[in-house]
Amino acid sequence: MPRRKLLRKVLSPPRVKGFTPLGEESHGAPVLMGFEEYEAIRLCDFDGYHQAEAARIMNVSRPTFARIYDEARRKVAQSFVTAAPLIFEGGRIYYDSEWYRCEKCRCRFNHLEKAEGPSRCALCGSGEIVPVKEAVRQEKPGHRCICRACGAVKEVLHGMPCNQVVCEECGSRMIRKGVRAGWN
Amino acid sequence: MKVVITSTGDSPGVLVDRRFGRCHYFVLFDTLTGEIEFIRNPGVDHLEGAGVAAVNLIAEKGVKKVVSGEFGAKVKSLFDQLQIQLVSVPHESMTVRKVIEMLSETGE
Repeated sequence: MPRRKLLRKVLSPPRVKGFTPLGEESHGAPVLMGFEEYEAIRLCDFDGYHQAEAARIMNVSRPTFARIYDEARRKVAQSFVTAAPLIFEGGRIYYDSEWYRCEKCRCRFNHLEKAEGPSRCALCGSGEIVPVKEAVRQEKPGHRCICRACGAVKEVLHGMPCNQVVCEECGSRMIRKGVRAGWN
Repeated sequence: MKVVITSTGDSPGVLVDRRFGRCHYFVLFDTLTGEIEFIRNPGVDHLEGAGVAAVNLIAEKGVKKVVSGEFGAKVKSLFDQLQIQLVSVPHESMTVRKVIEMLSETGE
């Protein structure tokens, strides 16, 4: 049995159930687009986020986001070209809204209208409200590489293969610092 | 607009219950008429699914806002789907009467 798909976070579900082509008497089978696919298009193409940022917003990895996004675009194209209705349906998702904090009564509240932010506190009605920043997923710490030729050490990002790092001092390839005896 | 406040007892002088699904009472407050109704929470002793049961109970009443302490992940996403606003009060010492007063003043 394959591993279960993680839940994808959807901030703003589509306002309509789908789209039908104009000027066609009879429609073929509709194209079914999941809510997460709609969300991927909304984040990337409407809000203009990069895929890495959009992936973080939806709480999935970047490769997974790319797959969702690819599938979404393929479905849009299929709907356009074959003049098939597009219907938003299903998907492994959960909804999330934006949270705010009131400086006056110190309560927290969420806001459901996506188009515009709230102007007043939901409890005491004061205007002193600030958005609650979501904890952004921490990037993994990087590691250090060392040059075999001259011993220069360089900090690189997590996931960067050491043998692809070039020494800035002498131009030779580097190795992981602190793992191979005799070298470092 | 109808608002639900989670309460530790069945009088307005008691504290707001910090737990949503396993609170003792729900206070149904109508901001237009000022009517207050106490509803005993049937899910107070449930081992599982108390929050979801409470959401169903509240949604049936046509409530638009819920005031409590903390909300679980399942409950949050359900309320978001139902377009019901959540308010989380900060203090342990906030009474139901205080919340009702604040809501009445805003006039919503």
